[in-house]
Amino acid sequence: MSNGPARHTLRRYRKAVLNVTGVLVALVTLFPIFWMVSTAFKPPAEIYSLTPHPLPAHPTLSNFREVLDGSVIGMPYWVFLRNSLFVTLTSVVASSVIALLAAVAVARFRFRFRATYLIMLLIVQMLPQQALVIALFLDFRRVNLLDSLLGLILVYTAFALPVTIWMLRNFVAVVPRELEEAAAIDGAGPVRAFLRVLLPLVAPGLVATSVFAFIFAWNEFVFALTFLGTDQGKYTLPIYVKYFFGRGSNDWGAIMATSVLFTVPVMIFFLLGQRRLRSGLIAGAVKA
Amino acid sequence: MDTMRRAETAAGAEAEAGAPSLQRSGQWFLPPLPARLRARRSLRRRWPPYLLLLPSVVAIGLLLLWPTIQIGVYSFQNYGIQQIVGNEPTQWTGLSNFTSVLSDSEFWLSLRITVVFSAVVVPLTLLTGTLVGLLLHRLGRRMAALVSTAALLAWATPAVSASVIFVWLFDPDGGVADWLLGRLPSWLGGGAARWSGFSWTNAPLPAYTLLTLLVVWQAFPFIAVSVLAGLKMIPEELHDAARVDGAGWWRSFWKVTYPLLKPIFLVLLLLSIIWDFGVFTQAYLVTGELGNRNEYNLGIYAYDRAFTTPPAYGLASALALILTVVLLIITVGYVRASVRQGAIQ
Repeated sequence: MSNGPARHTLRRYRKAVLNVTGVLVALVTLFPIFWMVSTAFKPPAEIYSLTPHPLPAHPTLSNFREVLDGSVIGMPYWVFLRNSLFVTLTSVVASSVIALLAAVAVARFRFRFRATYLIMLLIVQMLPQQALVIALFLDFRRVNLLDSLLGLILVYTAFALPVTIWMLRNFVAVVPRELEEAAAIDGAGPVRAFLRVLLPLVAPGLVATSVFAFIFAWNEFVFALTFLGTDQGKYTLPIYVKYFFGRGSNDWGAIMATSVLFTVPVMIFFLLGQRRLRSGLIAGAVKA
Repeated sequence: MDTMRRAETAAGAEAEAGAPSLQRSGQWFLPPLPARLRARRSLRRRWPPYLLLLPSVVAIGLLLLWPTIQIGVYSFQNYGIQQIVGNEPTQWTGLSNFTSVLSDSEFWLSLRITVVFSAVVVPLTLLTGTLVGLLLHRLGRRMAALVSTAALLAWATPAVSASVIFVWLFDPDGGVADWLLGRLPSWLGGGAARWSGFSWTNAPLPAYTLLTLLVVWQAFPFIAVSVLAGLKMIPEELHDAARVDGAGWWRSFWKVTYPLLKPIFLVLLLLSIIWDFGVFTQAYLVTGELGNRNEYNLGIYAYDRAFTTPPAYGLASALALILTVVLLIITVGYVRASVRQGAIQ
């Protein structure tokens, strides 16, 4: 026991090194986000000053005002927020319903082509969007779904499915079958048993998949960029950010303000749902 | 913390729920039922799974599989502006799209950029993510919450926002990166003169350096969180035993942790290759929205051929097909790794 105190000091030293490393990692990781927010509140003189300062000396809301009232593009921010929310929420609901049905089939039944179906999901989820967008653009042009939010909803719903089905089937599989059997013996039909027994127990899984589908649709860029070419009134928020970014004016205050208004909602959503999403994604991608 | 643990056990319990002894029979374990009821059940059982799958099969078939087939068809046709407006019929042109792609130096440049970029970013992401995962595993609860929240915020940042932020960080007028590099001692960074007004987006090497930092920043949290989940599954006793046997941190990582996490690492490696090979949004925005042709990667090159005038959908489809086939080859490895881990139960 003669080396007790020495070992104690060593352990404390190690712990301090770990903690300092942790703080550094957290600071470096957070810096870009911090810089976005800080720039959004800075007046132009501070944004382009030769020595950057971390915090705005004279915080201003003028960047946000420029973005919100839409003096640049001719339409207020709320139009794009509404488009984004409409597209996102509709596709979340649609993909959750479709995925739940499929997840029940895959987790509760043995049938031919079951393995084929599951492998198909794994493969399809890897198809590159920038390849498919070419064919889908030509298809949608034919059936008048370009410059239409409905077209985006269809794409977002379908593209969220492989992952959401894959995640949800894990959540369905762990609900004890005996519960449904008991409900069936008590005289409940399959629909009633589903609504009363399975649905409440799968709710956490639905939260996870909804968060995933929400983030996917809210953030999606390639299809929105390609399909919403001419009608600015249909722009979703990522395209609104790109519009400011691509003007070539280097109005970084306004660009960061749009970016904040686009990013903060999804971050809040992510932090609220992250625990379930994280375990769901890991279960889907790694463990399962 | 509680919900997290619950969801984790929920995911982990899947193996038990689908225990092979109950599954191989093709029937779930059921309490004995009267014969008539059982017969009705087996009839009822044949159709429901297909009906339940129908909506997803239709959606995926129409919006994912059908376009993939069309890409394959278009790549052998002369689909261009005359064909889309209906002035001329679409004709089969054999391999001509592919021969003109393969003889185009821009294709080889974009392929080289794509491959080199993945070769750098994939190991860097895996390394950063694994180190942060190991760090998270050893930190106390509060510090771990701080670091993982920071990582999750980076993960949650949309690709569009992240790209715009990084272009601003590296902007020649007022960006933080040039200012910081200029403050480094001149033997290390080259001095302020070297970096003042340095443009990161106008040449391939600086642009892809920026993209590397951007993609690693966005992608390492997923790796870290996955590695952490794997680490939590390793019983503490194994590391204790290794320590008793005199193994240091390094040895215990390679002899205990790594072999146990190898399946996870394999899947993460394949996923990273697939993602980094196909990175589009960030590359599109950083390289100036189709502004710099010498900075195209494969996906952007295909996109450019399809959507800048005059559109060459046939040629673009040939490129898209090449990209898809490369990704599918890697996906086969991913599927095999997943199946071997018992994903298809």
